[in-house]
Amino acid sequence: MTHITYIEPSGQAVTVDVTEGWSLMQAAIAQGVDGIVGECGGSCACATCHCYVDEARLAQLPPPSDGELGMLDNVAAERRPNSRLACQIKASPALEGLTVTLPECQE
Amino acid sequence: MSAPSPASERERIVIVGTGQAGVQSAEALRAGGYAGEIVLLGDEPHAPYHRPPLSKAWLAGDIEAAQLVMRSPELLEKKGITLRTGVRVQAIQRSARVLQLADGSTLAYTGLVLATGATPRALAVPGAQAPGVLVLRTRDDASAIARHFVRCAEQQQPVVVIGGGFIGLEVAATARKKGLQVTVLEAAPRLLGRVLAPMLCDWYAQLHRGHGVSLLLEARIESIEHDTRGHACAVRLLDGTRLAAGLVVVGVGVQANDGLAAAAGLECDRGIVVDACGRTAADPHIVAAGDCTARRLADGSLLRLESVQNATEQGKSAAAALLGQARPFSATPWFWSDQYDKKLQMAGLSAGADRWVLRGAMDAPSFSVLHYRAGRLIAADSVNAAKDHLAVRKLLEAGVSPTVEQAGDVGFNLAGLVGSV
Repeated sequence: MTHITYIEPSGQAVTVDVTEGWSLMQAAIAQGVDGIVGECGGSCACATCHCYVDEARLAQLPPPSDGELGMLDNVAAERRPNSRLACQIKASPALEGLTVTLPECQE
Repeated sequence: MSAPSPASERERIVIVGTGQAGVQSAEALRAGGYAGEIVLLGDEPHAPYHRPPLSKAWLAGDIEAAQLVMRSPELLEKKGITLRTGVRVQAIQRSARVLQLADGSTLAYTGLVLATGATPRALAVPGAQAPGVLVLRTRDDASAIARHFVRCAEQQQPVVVIGGGFIGLEVAATARKKGLQVTVLEAAPRLLGRVLAPMLCDWYAQLHRGHGVSLLLEARIESIEHDTRGHACAVRLLDGTRLAAGLVVVGVGVQANDGLAAAAGLECDRGIVVDACGRTAADPHIVAAGDCTARRLADGSLLRLESVQNATEQGKSAAAALLGQARPFSATPWFWSDQYDKKLQMAGLSAGADRWVLRGAMDAPSFSVLHYRAGRLIAADSVNAAKDHLAVRKLLEAGVSPTVEQAGDVGFNLAGLVGSV
């Protein structure tokens, strides 16, 4: 289990125990975290699971694929250097304690 | 928030269908301020789940059921949405605004959303009903195919996929990933011929053959043979070819589930006919969304789309309509399909295209084909080229058509034509 903290658009922090191998989108949806949609079911096709990754730990994540970088062009909220799609980030021990902030809008 | 008025306490919107369109409309009703009761009825035993992974990660056994979940029952409850699974609706009594359920009970509604989805078309050949002939629509369908995959692998039996559409090809790709011997039979001269540019159809044929799929085009099926236990064991073609099969997967399109609506006297034409806002013409209390619909366009023609985007957008429109608001769905259609390591993303509607422009090289890791009709851009198919896909969506939404020279020049910034967003 990897503890991931989601900051919901309201500012509320929700910490979820994410099973290794699950995406941060899947875990957030399963726990009913507010501020994430995941319309395409995790196919990297809709850009509605946009999140901002704690900048200090950005380098610990596997870098985004070209497909993810492309879809990040379509996020509804502001795209920032630490923007990622939560469906493309898989929980692993390296991410223990990671905080991701969810944007105000996803679509 | 103010207390609901006495009138709204008696209000109940019933949504038939727990797929993307049904769930979306339920949540959009709440987000839109609806204070009455919302009941979500599904005939499957499962809470709402994502369908797109069914033909890929789920079929491959890469994810567990909890990872498919779209909304848990607890989350729906938190949002004030009552989920009832395993419930089949028998009839709509429009005059009384009551649903008759298969268990003999009734359920009154003040508003009704039909999000009943679609059913895979059956193959009209002898033997098509035999065990071992499967379709893929639901989670249980996909689980059954996955179990057969395991058996076929153990017994070294081949898989025959009938229908070279998206579902069939995704199943074929997953079967190859599991090391199974796969034959795809397509009746048309090309795979995906009605949706993709001809050059891309040929490219997909090569992609599958390159991954070891035996692909037969213009295949005419005579029958499906069964063994002494009654289980499908071979597909026989009209030209006499006999293909042994431990499993036959049929993916030859779907039929909209419009029977309930038709029986209730609502206009149906290969789908429940709705306007751009998801409204039925005959009944202001009934709206429809998703795969079960046929949308009447401004020119009077009907458009059927089977996609996540369509379900989502129509779900929102249908909810708005029941709240008395017009929210027309007019966005550029988009769709995607994952096969092997290739993500195909389509934007726009390619029907009637008379010219195709290749952007990039088809032997490169990524490229796009842009469809033109009468000199204007109407659609694009992008392979591992999300940037092109999104640029075309923006161009189509803005009504901007690049020249064919611009479209074909990978150095030209297509999105720049509509400015930065």
